Amino acid sequence: MRDPQMNHTKQRPDGRSASAGGGAATAAPPPAPARARRRPASRQWAAWAFLAPVTLYLVVFYAYPLYRNVDLSLRHYTVRSFVQGNAPFTGLKNYETVFDDPTFGPALMHTVVFTTVCLFFQYAIGLALAVFFHQNFRLSATLRALFLVPWLLPLIVSASTWSWMLNSDSGIVNSVLHTVGIGPVNWLTSPDWSLTSVIIANIWIGVPFNLVVLYSGLQSIPGSLYEAAALDGAGAWRRFWSVTFPLLRPVSAITLLLGLVYTLKVFDIIWIMTKGGPAGSSTTFATWSYQLGFGNLLPAFGPGAAVGNLLVVAALAFGLVYLRVQRKQALS
Amino acid sequence: MHRSSRRRLVAAIALSTVTAVAGTACSSGSGTTDTKGAGGGAYTIWDPYPQFDKTSAWAKLLDECGSKAGVKIKRTAFDTSDLTNKTLLAAQQDNAPDVLIVDNPVVSTLAEAGVLTTTDDNKLDTSEVDPNLLAAGQSGGKTYGTPIGANTLALYYNKAVLKAAGVDVASVKDWQSLTSALEKVKSAGKKGITFSAIGTEEGSFQFLPWFWGSGAKLTELDSAQGESALALWTDWLKKGYAPNSVINNTQTTSWQEFASGDYAFAENGTWQLANADKAGFDYGVLPIPASAGGNASAPTGGEFVTLPVQGDPGRYTTSQKLVTCLTSTENLNATDTALSYVAPTADVQNKQVAAKAGLKPWVDAVKAAKGRTSEDLGTKYPKISEQMWKAVQSALSGVESPKDALAKAQSAAQ
Repeated sequence: MRDPQMNHTKQRPDGRSASAGGGAATAAPPPAPARARRRPASRQWAAWAFLAPVTLYLVVFYAYPLYRNVDLSLRHYTVRSFVQGNAPFTGLKNYETVFDDPTFGPALMHTVVFTTVCLFFQYAIGLALAVFFHQNFRLSATLRALFLVPWLLPLIVSASTWSWMLNSDSGIVNSVLHTVGIGPVNWLTSPDWSLTSVIIANIWIGVPFNLVVLYSGLQSIPGSLYEAAALDGAGAWRRFWSVTFPLLRPVSAITLLLGLVYTLKVFDIIWIMTKGGPAGSSTTFATWSYQLGFGNLLPAFGPGAAVGNLLVVAALAFGLVYLRVQRKQALS
Repeated sequence: MHRSSRRRLVAAIALSTVTAVAGTACSSGSGTTDTKGAGGGAYTIWDPYPQFDKTSAWAKLLDECGSKAGVKIKRTAFDTSDLTNKTLLAAQQDNAPDVLIVDNPVVSTLAEAGVLTTTDDNKLDTSEVDPNLLAAGQSGGKTYGTPIGANTLALYYNKAVLKAAGVDVASVKDWQSLTSALEKVKSAGKKGITFSAIGTEEGSFQFLPWFWGSGAKLTELDSAQGESALALWTDWLKKGYAPNSVINNTQTTSWQEFASGDYAFAENGTWQLANADKAGFDYGVLPIPASAGGNASAPTGGEFVTLPVQGDPGRYTTSQKLVTCLTSTENLNATDTALSYVAPTADVQNKQVAAKAGLKPWVDAVKAAKGRTSEDLGTKYPKISEQMWKAVQSALSGVESPKDALAKAQSAAQ
């Protein structure tokens, strides 16, 4: 169990440098013709031929859909112009509509709260569990495997199960609360609780991912450091804050970034549990975008795409922050 | 190093093979659409009945109508919520199906998009259809299809629960008597009524009988009548006559609550009849009462058979034959029985009631029902409906009073 994990962690940085190498490969050809002057053209062709499948794939499945989404958000689409394809270009009008919408403020708030709270608890619980399982007691592997269950279940299953458990009248959570003398809580149907409920469900789903990545990060910290710290008289708490936590920083950064991107776009759980309601109290950008584009008999494609693009931009911004931080770390 | 470069080569080859295979798959896909475009060949039918597989009577009926018209049928079943966008996309690619069976409030949206042909163009005969049902498929004086069947909402009641609470169901005639019946049921220790007030079209569908039953109009959500309808629901929730879970209930989960046997009433549709027989308790069906007595208009549910616009107008003749076959008296009877729907023509309705007397209250309810997009609301309806379900959710969850919620909805729906 241990060894594959070790390899796994070691391959992570490798995988990254390989993808960075992909960028370098495009830049590589120029010096190549200089060296191999005899057959520059054929080498160039071969290089392009090898590049073609990936480029084609990227263009067809990433660049074009993204372009279409931007295009959708910049035109005034009605159902008629969607079909006939003559929607007038309206610039940033759709974005204005979205910003002026009374849903915008609350949705932004909910998205920020949902993302930060989920991210904090997922990371904290995931890290605590990872440190706990790192001690390798008996059955730790089995228990760790059990903790992965939320990750393996299809989202529709876990979200439906949560909404049954949190049902106001027949849910198990309220019946447990009842036995300890607490009155029923309208988890999904009260505007004060709906956001909390979807956050709880999402934390439960996100913990295993954090656990796995952080656990494999822990494996790469040399045991000798802990021994040295113990010899210096550091207690468990001190060892965690002075050895584990700082050495885990690169892994933590990527975990948090990936977690952020996953959490920003969480849609299924919220939609299945509350449909963003009641009264918009658990609407995030992701559910709002869907609501605009598909949740109505008369789809509003333009504003829906605009909200979706705002999400893409937010995720991209955090991605750039991550890259910057990483470069700084590599330089220092 | 050597090994890794070889690995990369293998990966590149593998990737290009995948792309090549995907490429062929795509081109063979477009090949079939080409044959379709050339006239003749297979006729495509899209329907929202994924519950019927290839061996079902419905699929066989389609094939039979196809062979009568001398063409092959290619049928695809979609989830009903998927069908609108799938159709819009297909129409955008000039690839719409020859025959489309679609939920009735969507017809006006698709018509607005220019996706559907009118009965003037496609020569469908709709003279036998009940006018109140046909109205859901009409906008701007044109008709865009013919209903394959209709359903609507009524109140199911559990006879045992009502008896135990000492309620005579004949006394339930208006909102006041219904509310006092619920009060009796609650004090007898049972649960009152369940319905679906979820934040989707389903929620609006379920609220409409009460909204219309109050005398309110969809063009004026914040009228005093509309407010009284929403106040009725809100009070039921406050007093515990209806469970709090209705805010999140779909019609299916609401039915499950009723099927548990604890509830006196459930607002649900014709399509639950088959399940009601399986529920294991004695039930009855009651039209939804209007505010001051009499029956409220419930909204019509059910699908329309439509003929989407084709690049080759020559195809309409055959498509029209297909639809005429599907909606012939004999076939309508079979189809609507299978779907647990009420037929759209008086002729078939009589046959249905003769075969199953329990359908009588449903036939009456369908006759009194109103299309959601009728009265020339057309594509205005979806906007109004969205604001209406939002108002219902706000009021039931206590965010706003019914009055404020509806006032906000009215100004947003403009």
